[in-house]
Amino acid sequence: MLKVDNIHTYYGNIQALKGISLDVEQGEIITLIGANGAGKSTTLMSISGVETPRSGSIIFDGQDITHKSSHEIVSMGVCQVPEGRHIFPQLTITENLDMGAYLRNDKDEVKKDLEYVMDLFPILAKRRHQSGGTLSGGEQQMLAISRALMARPRLLLLDEPSLGLAPLIVQQIFEIITRVNQEQGTTIFLVEQNANMALKIAHRGYVLQNGMIVKTDKASALMEDQEVRDAYLGV
Amino acid sequence: MNRLLSEAKKSLITSLWFMVLTFPLLVIKVNTRDNTVVWRWMNLLWVAIGAFGLSWIWRRMLERREKGNTRIQSSAWREKVTVFASNRKFQISGLSTLALVVVLFPFLVKFYQVGIVTSALMFVILGLGLNIVIGYGGLLHLGYAAFYAVGAYSYGLMYLYWGLPFWVALPFGAVSGALFGLVIGFPVLRLRGDYLAIVTLAFGEIIRLLLENLSGFTKGPEGIAQIPRPAFFTKLSLQGATTYLYFIAIALVLLAIFVIKRLEDSRVGRALEAMRDDEIAAQAMGIDLTKAKLTTFALGAVWAGMVGVVLAGKTTYINPGSFTLMESVMILVAVVLGGTGSIPGVILGAFLVTLIPEYFRALADYRMLMFGVALVVMSIFRPQGIIPRVRKRYTVGGGKE
Repeated sequence: MLKVDNIHTYYGNIQALKGISLDVEQGEIITLIGANGAGKSTTLMSISGVETPRSGSIIFDGQDITHKSSHEIVSMGVCQVPEGRHIFPQLTITENLDMGAYLRNDKDEVKKDLEYVMDLFPILAKRRHQSGGTLSGGEQQMLAISRALMARPRLLLLDEPSLGLAPLIVQQIFEIITRVNQEQGTTIFLVEQNANMALKIAHRGYVLQNGMIVKTDKASALMEDQEVRDAYLGV
Repeated sequence: MNRLLSEAKKSLITSLWFMVLTFPLLVIKVNTRDNTVVWRWMNLLWVAIGAFGLSWIWRRMLERREKGNTRIQSSAWREKVTVFASNRKFQISGLSTLALVVVLFPFLVKFYQVGIVTSALMFVILGLGLNIVIGYGGLLHLGYAAFYAVGAYSYGLMYLYWGLPFWVALPFGAVSGALFGLVIGFPVLRLRGDYLAIVTLAFGEIIRLLLENLSGFTKGPEGIAQIPRPAFFTKLSLQGATTYLYFIAIALVLLAIFVIKRLEDSRVGRALEAMRDDEIAAQAMGIDLTKAKLTTFALGAVWAGMVGVVLAGKTTYINPGSFTLMESVMILVAVVLGGTGSIPGVILGAFLVTLIPEYFRALADYRMLMFGVALVVMSIFRPQGIIPRVRKRYTVGGGKE
């Protein structure tokens, strides 16, 4: 479904990605784990078109999206939940969710999806007239994920959904991610520092180090891997 | 009792401080004719009493705000108002009375007053236009008067060179306003906040200086004179033209309100607001930021362009001096004072900013001081403006709730 081939991304003169290749199959949950500054977010931004790789190619559904702008990529069915939530603080919850469906024209389906996400996160239904900025951190993350789901993406890019959240909330959010993957068949590309949680729900994983992929395997195998255990799982 | 004493002490210190501050200006007066110094000690007393009293009130109000008293009161009060305002009967009778007053107004008062109100209405349109850029787009624009100048000069120059009438110039002014909006939009696409403010400020000055120095083309600082007032089939008398311009201004205000209301509910409007709230998230939602920003500038500038044409038709004389930074700032003050993003707020703000100095001519020297004080007080006690924006409650695909 998504094939990233040997991409190099730079910030000015600093090379953040040194030849990343990975592929994501339809219906999978793929996780990309790694330490701070390894290039996880950059990989994600390169896919979603916020950053453009200097060389290499990104193919989504047989189409080259390497140099497409982010709004074109969204319209193809790739939706990103940016790191640090980035909800619209002044818009209400409903308006936030509605923004997720910005590029969609099928009103009835949008309504159905709205009901679906409100069912996933009942707290959002309860607060739907509140402005986004009044939500707690966990609720904002839920809103950010729901908003991305409103775009009905085929590929959902999640950038550190666990960032700064209480373990219980993290648990809840990861359960929902699994549920969306199973119920909607949404392919999920998950970037996480919380390798433990990420590997638990993912099918396959990639380990990123200094802008390069150093290891890839089934998530369960990675969990057993001694190096991964030492470096990322802290066990 | 103890608290009262400490309060008094604080106010006393403030008052002393103000006495020191204002001493050189308000007490000492040099009489240059017979080289004597006049000591106006009475002034010092007034300053002392005034500063003491005001600082007392100031602290009281801060305290009240801290306790949140005002909020509760005002929300109960607002509830009453909304209930009253949503009453259908009241709406109809209120609106029809307003319409009647608006229509009859120019025939009931002296035409001098009509001119003033027309200026205020023009300011309302400017405010509404700037409100699109600031309130919806969230882009701080300090050179808005440049678009105003573009509109005015497009009529002035079109008349000067081709002898074209007002009604041809009006749409042209709108279009050239929008074009200049795009011109400023492109270079500032990547800027935000303070940097954007600086660049737009510079843009405003560039346009003004261009108009001033391209004397061969624009007639420079001497301006363009004897631009005809709009004609209603035939040439109108001064009085007739004033009334006519009043109705043109009213029509433009209504048009602006209508368009902005539609914009608010539209996808484009929502995109602008999303961009204001969070650019990264907006991008992630598939909003084309380049397009959204350019749209914001163009949509905002259209109105200034049109009002510019009206201004040229109203005053019959334009020169670059009418489009200084001060003008941009006054429009900004109207928007911020009234309530950023709120249509009724901006309308009220524009009326306040234009009519108060007009009817309190005696205080003309203190005008800037008053606006400064008003802005400081507002930003502390009511940062969202006099009439803040009320967000609509609605559900996706299902209309209003």
